[in-house]
Amino acid sequence: MVVDQSDVDRIFAALADATRRDIVIRVLRTEASVSTLAKQYEMSFAAVQKHVAVLERAGLVTKQRRGREQIVSGDIDTIHRVRELLREYEEIWRGRLDRMNALLEEPS
Amino acid sequence: MTVISATPDPEARTLTLVAEFSAPPKAVWQLWADPRLLERWWGPPTYPATFREHDFTVGGEAKYHMTGPEGDTSNGWWRFTALDEPNTLEFRDGFADENGNPSTEMPETTIRVDIAEIPSGTRMTMTSSFASAEQLEQLVNMGMLEGMKQAAGQIDALLAA
Repeated sequence: MVVDQSDVDRIFAALADATRRDIVIRVLRTEASVSTLAKQYEMSFAAVQKHVAVLERAGLVTKQRRGREQIVSGDIDTIHRVRELLREYEEIWRGRLDRMNALLEEPS
Repeated sequence: MTVISATPDPEARTLTLVAEFSAPPKAVWQLWADPRLLERWWGPPTYPATFREHDFTVGGEAKYHMTGPEGDTSNGWWRFTALDEPNTLEFRDGFADENGNPSTEMPETTIRVDIAEIPSGTRMTMTSSFASAEQLEQLVNMGMLEGMKQAAGQIDALLAA
C-alpha cells in the first residue's frame, strides 16, 4: 500500500509525544471516554482533549459523541480504507475524462 | 488530454482531479449541458447512461439510468445546485429506485466542476465530496463493476481496431 508522505509525517508527529502514544495504546485495547482518559494523566481535561484531537487528525483514533461523553477508540484502518476507496473512485473518473477527451477531439 | 493531478483527501473524504483539454471552455461545458453528449461519457461503453430528463437550471434535476450488458439497469438522479456558464457547475449525484425517486438508503455525492480557460485550451477541476466512508464504498462497489466492464470494453475496442 502506498502511503502519502504527509500522512506519514502526521502519524509520526502524533506519536512523538509519550502521552499520545499512551492514549493510542489504551484505546486500541478498549475504547474510553475523554474524561476517563483525562483521569489517567497529570494534566487538564482540555490538554488531553487536544492530544486526542492530534491523534484524530492523524487517523489513529476516532471520536464519537455518545450522550454527554466523547468516546475515543483506536482506529488505524478508517483512513487507509478511505484512501483505497478514493483511489478506486479516481479510476472511474479517469475513464470518464478519457471519454470526454475523445468527444472533444472528434471533428465537428 | 492530460490529467494534471489527482488529490485524494481521505480525512475530508474528497477527491480532486485536474485535467486539461485542448478544446475551448465552451466545448467542455457542452459535455455537461447537452444530455446527448453526457450520455457518451458518463458511463463506459459497456454500461451506458441514458438521461431521460436533464433540466439544466439551478434547482433543476436530471434523471438517468445506466444499462449493463445483461440489460440490468441502475437509476440515478442529479440536482444542480450551482450553474455559471461556462465556468462552474455543482450538483448532487445520487441513486434512485426504479421509478426514479431518490433513494434515501443509497449514497449521494456532491460534485463541483470548475472550467477555466488556459492558453492551450481548458483546465477542468472536478471535486467530489462524500458524506461517509460507507457511502464511498457503496459507490466504488458499483463503479468497480463498471470499471471491470469498461476494461473489457477497451480490450474489445483494441481487438476490433
